[in-house]
Amino acid sequence: MADVNRGNRPLSPHLTVYRPQVTSMTSILTRISGTSLILAALLVVWWFLAAAVSAQQFALADGFMTSWIGDLVMTLSAWALWYHALAGLRHLYWDTGRGLEVATAERTGIAIVVLSVALTVATVVVV
Amino acid sequence: MVQLTLPRNSRIRAGKTWPKPEGVSNPRKVRIYRWNPDDGENPRLDTYHVDMDSCGPMVLDVLIKIKSEIDPTLTFRRSCREGVCGSCAMNVDGINTLACTYGHDEIKGDIKIYPLPHMPVVKDLVPDLSHFYAQHASIMPWLETTTNRPGKEWKQSIEDRRKLDGLYECVMCASCSTSCPSYWWNGDRYLGPAALLHAYRWIVDSRDEATGERLDDLEDPFRLYRCHTIMNCAKTCPKNLNPAKAIAEIKKMMVERIV
Repeated sequence: MADVNRGNRPLSPHLTVYRPQVTSMTSILTRISGTSLILAALLVVWWFLAAAVSAQQFALADGFMTSWIGDLVMTLSAWALWYHALAGLRHLYWDTGRGLEVATAERTGIAIVVLSVALTVATVVVV
Repeated sequence: MVQLTLPRNSRIRAGKTWPKPEGVSNPRKVRIYRWNPDDGENPRLDTYHVDMDSCGPMVLDVLIKIKSEIDPTLTFRRSCREGVCGSCAMNVDGINTLACTYGHDEIKGDIKIYPLPHMPVVKDLVPDLSHFYAQHASIMPWLETTTNRPGKEWKQSIEDRRKLDGLYECVMCASCSTSCPSYWWNGDRYLGPAALLHAYRWIVDSRDEATGERLDDLEDPFRLYRCHTIMNCAKTCPKNLNPAKAIAEIKKMMVERIV
């Protein structure tokens, strides 16, 4: 009676039991950095719009953007931008059929994490 | 669709701790996912103590020892015990592998064993692979030809035959597909790494004459393009094959035939 109870079969655990891998973590970070950049984009649009509306509006927006929360969001966004750009280049390289051996993909994964942090620090120092 | 938590009937309860066998010199804790279709309860995680001094080297040896000496109700698939049949694929220590070729000395701490992830469970460590097999069948895993049959066999040069290396060795154990988050969320429509590796195996076969039709069939936002190069498949494959690379080659052929 192989079909007994087919409707009530449980789903085996997935995310909670699967060990995070270098390549899976760099993949989900690409998603997260990409989507969270929307927040930065909206804030910048608000900043520009406020500048076009009135001095008071701009003072409000500028006050937020230059506060410590604004600085934090913008610094994280700078990292997200660097990371997402580097991950995009890694994907372009993959699309040529190269760099897909597990060891290579793990090395490029670690490389984009390290590079994105270094470039963010450089950005903070320069700006 | 992405669903991060398990459905209500699938949440894992604390399970039973089986008594430690008497006079054991080198016991090791083994925690195993259990679900019995007959008792109407949720899955649970049972704890066993296995004497490693009298146990074979592989994870499958641990399971067989538990089944024959501690708990005969423990259910799992196994057959060849040498990585050829693909029956004993399961989630061991957080990755998918064949229990028969994975040594328990590679595991630190307790040995944790679950069924292949994000699959309907038939019982204990036995997942329902019907959909997985149907997807494999859908890619036409056979030689398609239109020209008349040759007198003897379909010939192939040594170089052309070599293109099948790293593809034909797949034993359809489902470790790769069930390691893929994209397959977890969209497995109903995304073919997954195993079926796509097989698709590529027939696409690059110099004797096959249905390459165009095969590519047409895969030209779909879900069937092929849900692969986001997460690469859990290649990392976990117990036969060291690389489905991610095979999928990338299919994507390349899709572009090449347009431009």
